[in-house]
Amino acid sequence: MGKFEIALFALCAAIGIAGALVTVGARRPIRSALGLLATILGVAGCYLLLEAQFLAAIQLIVYAGAVVVLFIFVVMLLGSASTSPRDAKSAIPRYIGAGLFLAGSSAALLLILRVGTKVEALLPPAPAGFGSVEGVGGELFTRYVVPFELAGALLIVAVIGAMAVARGKQPDPTLRPAADAAGAAPPGASEHGATEPAPGGKAAEPHGGA
Amino acid sequence: MSAVPVPYFLVLAAVLFLIGAGGFLLRRNLLVLLMSIELMLNAVNLTLVAFNRLHPQSHGGQIFAFFVVAVAAAEAAVGLAIVLSFFRLRNTVRADEANTLKN
Repeated sequence: MGKFEIALFALCAAIGIAGALVTVGARRPIRSALGLLATILGVAGCYLLLEAQFLAAIQLIVYAGAVVVLFIFVVMLLGSASTSPRDAKSAIPRYIGAGLFLAGSSAALLLILRVGTKVEALLPPAPAGFGSVEGVGGELFTRYVVPFELAGALLIVAVIGAMAVARGKQPDPTLRPAADAAGAAPPGASEHGATEPAPGGKAAEPHGGA
Repeated sequence: MSAVPVPYFLVLAAVLFLIGAGGFLLRRNLLVLLMSIELMLNAVNLTLVAFNRLHPQSHGGQIFAFFVVAVAAAEAAVGLAIVLSFFRLRNTVRADEANTLKN
């Protein structure tokens, strides 16, 4: 039993780290997205080992099912433009900065390792129901119900904001009277869009950001 | 179910976070930057869940990780919308082309 879990942990860790390296190192974003998927699967396996079954399911549904698919949709939408060309500017400062950061944080990680591996943290078995849907859901709907509802509100606002931002500022010809467009601005001026309110109240918001 | 010590998970999470942060510093593709952020959020979630396993009296860490997942989903949606909008403006997804406010 113990050896099986160690092997499972080693497998999940290898998949996760390999996926993370592919995510960061791949030149094509579609490969990065698939590497992210591998990392998510590895982390979900670790959740199972930590007896967080509910969270492992959430991880697979939300991340693998929604976020990665969204990334892949955007990569497909952008097509070949999503692979940025080689940098015109020198990449040396970036490499120096990232190298300094990685060296410092690796040193910190080694220090943590020296302390952490001395702890022989063989855990007692978790209480029954730990990490199950009943356990997490029970606390989620009693003690943490206000943050839960706020998270729902946040998601709705994010959906509306994403729709408004991604839609851009092209005027919809079916919603605008033709006389208004012809009188106010010549065709083609709407690309600048400085004075053109987008149809709908929400769409006017991302004007500065778009 | 206690064969794997909790520090192993913490070290794995630290390594994942380091890879994500290094990628965020190194890459200039906006899509890859967003994916690096997702990597870092995953590492933080793994840390939260591991510490929750160490103190199993309540589910505080797992519920916090749940909220992090919700915020990460919202962030991915809005971030990708901004990337699309930026692409429409500049026809590229390189982060250093985003210099409209600079001059």
